[in-house]
Amino acid sequence: MEFFAEDMYRENIMDHFKNPRNHGVVENPDIGFADNNPLCGDEIGITVKLNKDKNEKPTIAEIKFNGKGCAISQASASMLTEQVVGMRLEDVKKMKTDEVIKNLGIPLQPIRVKCAILGFKVLEAGIFLYEGKKVSGK
Amino acid sequence: MAAYNVDKIREDFQILNVKVHGKPLVYLDNAATSQKPKQVIDAEKEYYETINSNIHRGVHKLSEDASAGYEEAHEKVADFIGAKEFEEIIFTRNATESLNLLAYSLCNSLKEGDEILITQAEHHANFVPWQQLAKQKRLKLKFAKVNLDSKDKENFGTLDVSQFNELVTSKTKIVSVTQMGNVLGTTNDVREIGRIVHENNPSALFIVDGAQSVAHSKIDVKKLDCDFLTFSGHKMLAPTGIGVLYGKKNLLEQMRPFMYGGDMIRKVTFDDTSYNDLPWKFEAGTPNIAGGITLGTAIDYLLKVGMENIFAHEQELTEYALKRLAEFDDVTIYGPSKIDNNKNNENKILNDRTGIISFNIDKIHAHDVASIFDQHGIAIRGGHHCAMPLMGLLDVAGTARISFYLYNKKEEVDKAIDAIEHVKKIFA
Ligand SMILES: Cc1ncc(COP(=O)(O)O)c(C=O)c1O
Repeated sequence: MEFFAEDMYRENIMDHFKNPRNHGVVENPDIGFADNNPLCGDEIGITVKLNKDKNEKPTIAEIKFNGKGCAISQASASMLTEQVVGMRLEDVKKMKTDEVIKNLGIPLQPIRVKCAILGFKVLEAGIFLYEGKKVSGK
Repeated sequence: MAAYNVDKIREDFQILNVKVHGKPLVYLDNAATSQKPKQVIDAEKEYYETINSNIHRGVHKLSEDASAGYEEAHEKVADFIGAKEFEEIIFTRNATESLNLLAYSLCNSLKEGDEILITQAEHHANFVPWQQLAKQKRLKLKFAKVNLDSKDKENFGTLDVSQFNELVTSKTKIVSVTQMGNVLGTTNDVREIGRIVHENNPSALFIVDGAQSVAHSKIDVKKLDCDFLTFSGHKMLAPTGIGVLYGKKNLLEQMRPFMYGGDMIRKVTFDDTSYNDLPWKFEAGTPNIAGGITLGTAIDYLLKVGMENIFAHEQELTEYALKRLAEFDDVTIYGPSKIDNNKNNENKILNDRTGIISFNIDKIHAHDVASIFDQHGIAIRGGHHCAMPLMGLLDVAGTARISFYLYNKKEEVDKAIDAIEHVKKIFA
């Protein structure tokens, strides 16, 4: 199939890359995790402040990311933060990597898929870590 | 000398007619692996269709032919690199296995405090085996420094050989240096390094990683004063899965085998085993017979074109590419900014810049660059090139890399330049 660089590096992707949303670190985060993609050297760190109303299930009140790497990894992390803010953690956990990729709306070479889902993987791992803490009662 | 006819050469490489994303393939990832001419592909087919059998075992015609072909391939390789005898040529899977063979086989003679010396710019294949060996045996791993002074554009990436005078001591047991770096594109003066190594410490062993250099230039081990030379067939027109270790016969004779089993033995009793002659002592088990034979075919092909001609052709492309890349202020080249134009220098290969050009465009990640090149049908490498420690010194996550071979053309350089323009437009 013929496809063009413009499809992969679409305007909204480039916009998120150049003007990342929710960039930085939240204060006193409940969730914090960072990871990298050794193949590319992409790095993403994500911090989350939760809404922990006693009667409700925890939701994401604020989320920020930072890192460095290719346009796909950084833009997809930026898009992810917009998508998940306000969501319940349990719903975030139900998200599938396929959806994350689909939400980007771009054709991806297989080797670049890792870049596209790095942000999501970091968030997911952060949530697991957070829940692990709760379970162990620390 | 007949004019270099690149179009004629291209006719032998069917893959160059492939379309990638609807565009003609431009293959500029030769440092990773080369394409194969139809002569090599045909030879592989012919082997399986006419003489396929196991070697050195069968008392039948096919086995005799396969054994003869496989031995002849060792002879071709020996002639190709100027080795004295075919016993000095051991077939392995690739350069990585050749280097590991050395690390495993030589490790018994090393003791705590001994030193191994490599450079900062080695491929992981010539890095990790020594690093891990050093850890296991408490050896000291030392690194010769590469010039990474970004203000010294012409000499960026070169290795000052005089430092070996200090670095090689009585404790130094192994020195292993690449002849042609797969990132920086520089060739190191391994002849001079070899001289210093052996003068400073006659018992030190000098290994040359020829994975890149043997594919692109005329190498003569007699002139290099190296004890071992390692390289891979797949980077020089042969199939994957066949590599070479050259070693001086007297050294190979003293060394322990790397693997044990069939073919490498002379006599086995319940109590002990005596080993086969060279090179078979180091080729345990059924080897890649077709790969060995077709490596011979690849060498025939390279010799027909002429290694000097190939080197000169690639130098021309490199010079042109460097000139065109210099049109961009925001393209950083990680290697010497120009090639040595002293065309009469017969030792050019010992100290020059070659057709491996690593670069970055502004701060754009190399994978983004490679992805956009791919949309143009241009295959380049983006990443750390199996040299992560060097990437750390360069302070980059990776680089994009263009690398040439005998079938590349100036027009392909122009296409790469157009792709750079496109990258810049998308990221503007
Ligand atoms: C300089 C150098 N050394 C060693 C190697 C390892 O070669 P192989 O992967 O074929 O074993 C390479 C391959 O990229 C190389 O460029």
